[in-house]
Amino acid sequence: MADGALPVLDVKNLKTVFRTRAGDIHAVNSVSFDLKPGELLGVVGESGSGKSVTMMSLLRLLPMPPAEILQGQVMLGGRDLLTTGEDDLRAVRGREVGFIFQDPMTSLNPVFTVGFQIMEPLRRHMGMTRAQARRRAAELLQLVGIPDAERRLKDYPHQFSGGMRQRVMIAIALACDPQVLIADEPTTALDVTIQAQILELVKELRQKLGMAIIWITHDLGVIAGIADRVMVMYGGQVVEHGPVREIFRNPAHPYTRALLQTVPKVHGDRDDKLRVIEGQPPIMVTVPTACPFRDRCAHAFDRCARENPARREIAPGHDVACHWDHHEAAT
Amino acid sequence: MFNYTLRRLLLAIPTLLFIALIIFLLLELSPGDPLADMPLTIPPEVREQMRMALGLGEAWYIRFYKWLYMFAVIEPSHVLAGMTGLDMALEGPRILSWQTRSPVADIIAQRLPQTLWVVGLSYVLGVLVAVPIGVYSAYRQYSWFDQAGSFVSMVGFSLPTFFTGPLLMLIFAVWLGWFPIIYDTTLVVDDWSTFLEQLRQMAMPVFVLTLYNAAQISRFMRASMLDNLNQDYVRTARAKGMNERVVVLIHVLRNSLIPVVTVIALGIPTVFTGAIITETIFRVNGLGQLLITAIYASDIPMVLTLSVVFAILIVLFNLIADLLYAFLDPRIRYD
Repeated sequence: MADGALPVLDVKNLKTVFRTRAGDIHAVNSVSFDLKPGELLGVVGESGSGKSVTMMSLLRLLPMPPAEILQGQVMLGGRDLLTTGEDDLRAVRGREVGFIFQDPMTSLNPVFTVGFQIMEPLRRHMGMTRAQARRRAAELLQLVGIPDAERRLKDYPHQFSGGMRQRVMIAIALACDPQVLIADEPTTALDVTIQAQILELVKELRQKLGMAIIWITHDLGVIAGIADRVMVMYGGQVVEHGPVREIFRNPAHPYTRALLQTVPKVHGDRDDKLRVIEGQPPIMVTVPTACPFRDRCAHAFDRCARENPARREIAPGHDVACHWDHHEAAT
Repeated sequence: MFNYTLRRLLLAIPTLLFIALIIFLLLELSPGDPLADMPLTIPPEVREQMRMALGLGEAWYIRFYKWLYMFAVIEPSHVLAGMTGLDMALEGPRILSWQTRSPVADIIAQRLPQTLWVVGLSYVLGVLVAVPIGVYSAYRQYSWFDQAGSFVSMVGFSLPTFFTGPLLMLIFAVWLGWFPIIYDTTLVVDDWSTFLEQLRQMAMPVFVLTLYNAAQISRFMRASMLDNLNQDYVRTARAKGMNERVVVLIHVLRNSLIPVVTVIALGIPTVFTGAIITETIFRVNGLGQLLITAIYASDIPMVLTLSVVFAILIVLFNLIADLLYAFLDPRIRYD
């Protein structure tokens, strides 16, 4: 990936809260990241770490209320998506940014044909006629590897298997040739063989079409195979970020290290127990003034309770939000 | 689908026969004498002759068979002849009302228009009012509109028509004098002024029933919309850049209407059975009122025939609701 190329997407200081009856939940706390053209950014973290909420905030797809975006800047194509009007934002959704969701069983509308659902964005954003959109929809189904595409346009979602439905979702997301594709745990709901097929498909499509991808997952194995850069999230903030090889070879944050240790090894010792990270991810009821990971961290010391660590660069392109210095500790 | 419909229709025949038999036997067991209204001066032997003339001397199964034959064969031929104007009516005795001695089918045909005008119109208006209210209430859940809608629905739901009816009569007919207190069935609509007169006399009963119907259907529509508004496919539609009108009125509404249409279809037979209470209060002599007066007078042929006609409508609209369900929801197929 060309270093120094202008990012297609630049997110700064994004803060999202959920206003609930029991009080505010600070789901996203000052998240910043960028995405270069053609790059694949992996976003990892446990459930509840704020990965999905961050990505949905970018296009304001969260139900508001209860969600509210307090501050931040989301630059895409020279404008801030958080301040543009609804109409302009709708012109971005599905046109410049495509979205794939986690559960293909519920993400498609059950009462409309797959063809109708693929043609909708084509007709809206590309101004195609019905016939043009139909032709393009068939091409798209072919592109995502659905055989007999022309005929299957007339089928309803329940006539497709889970993996096939996720292919349809990908076809919808890619319909208008977006610059950015956001995939929110697209393989989590699928079984392992189908998961591998979808991964292969995305790799292949990326080479063919060259869009930048944000891939949200909690599966580090998936990330290792496809990502250029990795962003690790915890408690609604970015705790570590860097090139994929850096993260896997020199993980600096105790959370990243713990995550890597939880991945079961194929060639490992048979007696090796499956490792877990003890405890639960926090629910952020206040703006964090301490490190959100300190309760589960083996290296926590008094400073961690006093001050929420800021991100600091430890190697070119590799930054971490932690007070503990693992290099110093090692020596 | 065709085979399914045919199978359901064939299965409906034994069901309806059984329903007819049960109603017949219930009426047989019920107390009451069709000749009770006759003057006491009639000598007992004459009274007995009259009883025989009504067919009461025969065994119950013979009477049931005779009624069934007339209901299934003779009466339909007369109704068809009346509708098409063709000379196809079959010879033979007809089901006669014990009160009026005229064929039951003719009386029903006279009463049906009143019921359809008042009760049918209020059902149609109820649906037309309820669907948009339900959709908007759900879309703006807990807004002032939703709160006001919920309040009016609860009022419409919980206040019975025998309360709202007299209340409206008191206010609009007695105090303000805007509408007539009694529904005049003999009014013939042939020009502008009689049409206005018809509207005025329909206004109160139609309003009372519309409020009641709209309250029920709008609650149902709202609940169904709320179920669907939080579905994942709605987020997908928004993520595709569809505007809110398309998201709500195409993606969500199409899904939400499936159960609502079924409920609306299932409610249509109640239009024909008439709103007994409302018709009685406003003196609309429709089918509901006909049934009530027939019950009071122990007019067994009339009660039996009306009840079985209602049963047929209910069975028929149940089938229609099931077929509509399959038509609206592609996941459901009857093969």
